[in-house]
Amino acid sequence: MVEFLYGIEVVINGLMAGVMYSLVALGFVLIFKASGIFNYAQGVMALFAAMTLVGVQEGQVPFAHLINSVFGTQYHHFGWHINALVAIAIAALMMLLFAYLVERYILKHLVNQEPIILFMATIGLAYFMEGFGDLMWGSNIKTLDVGIPQGGNFWIEEKTAFLGGEDFYGFYLDTLDIYATVIAFILVSTLVLFSQYTKTGRALRAVADDHQAALSVGISLRRIWVIVWSIAGIVALVAGIMWGSKSGVQFSLSLIALKALPVLMLGGFTSIPGAIIGGLLIGIGEKLFEFMIGAPFLGGATENWFAYMLALVFLVFRPQGLFGEKIIERV
Amino acid sequence: MTVSQDAAVQETITPDGRTIGGVLMEMRNITLRFGGVVAIEDISFDIRQGEIRAIIGPNGAGKSSMLNVINGFYHPQDGEVWYKGAIRGPMRPHQIAAQGIARTFQNIALFHGMSTLDNIMTGRLTHMKTGMLSQSVWFGRAQREETENRAFAERIIDFLEIQSIRKTPVGRLPYGLQKRVELGRALAAEPSLLLLDEPMAGMNVEEKEDMSRFILDVNDEFGTTIALIEHDMGVVMDLADRVVVMDYGRKIGDGSPEEVRNNKAVIDAYLGVSSD
Amino acid sequence: MLYRESGDFKVSYPADQQTFPIRFDRLAFWITLAVAFFVVPFFINDYWANAVLIPFLIYGVAAIGLNILTGYCGQVSLGSGGFMAVGAYTCYKMMTAFPDLNLAFCILAGGVTTAIVGIMFGLPSLRIKGFYLAVVTLAAQFFLVWMFNKVPWFYNYSASGMITSPERTMFGHAISGANATPAATYLFCLTFLVLLGFLGRNLTRGSVGRKWMAIRDMDIAAEIIGVNPLMAKITAFGVSSFYVGVAGAMIFSVYLGAVEVTEAFGIQKSFLLLFMIIIGGLGSIFGSLVGAAFMVMMPVLLKNIMVNSFGWATDIAAHFEFIIIGGLIVFFLIVEPHGLAQLWRIIKEKMRLWPFPH
Repeated sequence: MVEFLYGIEVVINGLMAGVMYSLVALGFVLIFKASGIFNYAQGVMALFAAMTLVGVQEGQVPFAHLINSVFGTQYHHFGWHINALVAIAIAALMMLLFAYLVERYILKHLVNQEPIILFMATIGLAYFMEGFGDLMWGSNIKTLDVGIPQGGNFWIEEKTAFLGGEDFYGFYLDTLDIYATVIAFILVSTLVLFSQYTKTGRALRAVADDHQAALSVGISLRRIWVIVWSIAGIVALVAGIMWGSKSGVQFSLSLIALKALPVLMLGGFTSIPGAIIGGLLIGIGEKLFEFMIGAPFLGGATENWFAYMLALVFLVFRPQGLFGEKIIERV
Repeated sequence: MTVSQDAAVQETITPDGRTIGGVLMEMRNITLRFGGVVAIEDISFDIRQGEIRAIIGPNGAGKSSMLNVINGFYHPQDGEVWYKGAIRGPMRPHQIAAQGIARTFQNIALFHGMSTLDNIMTGRLTHMKTGMLSQSVWFGRAQREETENRAFAERIIDFLEIQSIRKTPVGRLPYGLQKRVELGRALAAEPSLLLLDEPMAGMNVEEKEDMSRFILDVNDEFGTTIALIEHDMGVVMDLADRVVVMDYGRKIGDGSPEEVRNNKAVIDAYLGVSSD
Repeated sequence: MLYRESGDFKVSYPADQQTFPIRFDRLAFWITLAVAFFVVPFFINDYWANAVLIPFLIYGVAAIGLNILTGYCGQVSLGSGGFMAVGAYTCYKMMTAFPDLNLAFCILAGGVTTAIVGIMFGLPSLRIKGFYLAVVTLAAQFFLVWMFNKVPWFYNYSASGMITSPERTMFGHAISGANATPAATYLFCLTFLVLLGFLGRNLTRGSVGRKWMAIRDMDIAAEIIGVNPLMAKITAFGVSSFYVGVAGAMIFSVYLGAVEVTEAFGIQKSFLLLFMIIIGGLGSIFGSLVGAAFMVMMPVLLKNIMVNSFGWATDIAAHFEFIIIGGLIVFFLIVEPHGLAQLWRIIKEKMRLWPFPH
């Protein structure tokens, strides 16, 4: 009975991990829907957003390391600390600026290229932003604290202890994860409402369907792309805050992009609810597999590859994922 | 033109001296569905050796789908395809190509990463048999085969008068020349049956004359059987020996161009009447 | 001497098809080859061998391999790192199980095994295309690295989990292990590159190369004109993985000597190879070599300029490396998707006309 309850705990933790994956996958779906680009740089965007947030919050001097190296100076901090909310606002503005620059200098020039070229361009962008972010804010691990409570939630633990009798200590869930779930839910609902009921949202859906047709009714492709990348940037910021609060702001954050791929395989590249469900499935699947098979029989660390294998199996039987559109080839 | 009753065996001679043989390909009761949409409904017709057979009809009639059934890209839910006297079992498109059926496409399907010559050489792929090991060494068998097939490709290039663009990447060629290169690729396969999907689309009068001349030459010099989809009735009247008319997936006419032109159903559905 | 082909008319198809139609190029090629084989070994030193020449030769082989799969056949692969690991570990097991077996055979065995593994992971490519295939290759990448980490049989149950290359000789000279001389190792790698480059060039200009390119450009049309898509993709995966496996075996046995799988063959290696072929030129053997040279030289150059000359910190050089590489990838994809090889071709075109404008 206790084992079963631990299993439930694993599932709930998996759900929470899944929510984190979904947050990142969401950014991918937005950009893919509107421009057909799989933005490999989404993970690095989350990293950069988080780094900027911390940097602004702590009053770091941008490019301090480089400036010091060149001029032999010793600047590191401006000496002030900025309020968390203001810092978040500034970081969000940076992401908007970033979206604008990406559209202007990259997307505009790659309009008619094949998807694989666009994908590789985003890989290049990811590497660029990684180096740029490191140069700007330094590559050491930073702690991100915007005031979201963390740590095990004792209230839940106490309240659920009764379920398993004496040996069961109650469900151990991290408060941060609970916050993340709520925030993700709010974010998704906002996005869905936005795309269904506002003029810009409708334009976004038109562009996602057919670039040419959207152009012919007077929608500015470029403006839409800036908007979409900005939204993706904000989503990246939120994801960066969540992940950064949990595990610190470091390089491995950018590898989340790779994790998002299996999520998108399952949920389809063009579906917002699909990204959520795909993320949850992968989250649960990973944790359950590790708990039931990986740790006891395979030496552990199966989370490194389980998601991809799951996606592979899925792809063979249903190439468009759970929610994606069936690809019909015409000659 | 004398036609015999036993069409499967007897040959006929056309007024301009070409020989048309027995049945090369026959479609029997072909039905093709995509989900709920019926693209082709119970159509039967045949194509005889050495003839030029036109398939005409309004847009959406199912003509391209019919061509796709002929080269094995679509599999009909009902009906049989008979080729060279034998019924066709389930086969993949590349196996059907090896049987001697080649085609061009409505929207040009050339390989944009390659030059004209390379594209035409891809048409020779069904005839090139050296294994990978020989190819990796190149000198010897592989080079000899490459040279032989290059010579053949060059004859096609001469025939189509595209020598000056043989090394140009096809993506840079104007539309009319691309269509010609695509024809060259199909011809390179030395097909028994050549399928042309709207070969005149988007061309001006001169280009149409050139293309018509090529099609007639191919049929005359190489004896290739040709099935073509075409909208320009003038071209159809001039080129075709026999015509099949399709409308909404059904066959509404089948015969010589004159017979079809005077067929009331065809006139109502597609041709219309001239106002004089 | 002006760069000219006037008066140089080809009177046979074989002459027209040769790799270096312009006489100047032919001469340059043979001279370079002669210098590489007969001059360089006498002047080579440890630093040049280990920092530049040997990695260039080995990554050149790997880049040709990936280019065959991605550049010629259009199948995206992010699993090259994992496949290199397969080559390396196969080589290790062969070296330890058959101590008298010549190293070249162990390396070739590495290539063959990787070809088989590559074909297995490539089978889904029949139904899966584009990014989706990239995910399959990612699965291969992460799974293979995990496997070589976790299953002790692969590293002969050693406590550290690393594999080390024992000493092997060829014609009396040590080419692996502590006593290997730079000249011997260099010549060994050079021979592999020249041979595999020759085979690669032949395959890509023959009918199998055309089948690959047809599948890349328009796979449906390719099938309709007679290309068997299954065979084309499988051969692409097989040949490509062979090259990548050989390179991985060489990285282990002759270059690094000791390898920890996550560090040496992780996903960053897959990206490194991808960058080589993008910058060098997709669908070009020459481009693969140019790309390999570029990616090998860049960190060395940056370090020399920034750290040794300017006196900046090493991690700043590393950051700039990322910025420059990322920027160049985007630049090349926008301006010249066919990479440096195409830029070189354009320069040569201009040179053929110089000093005339057209």
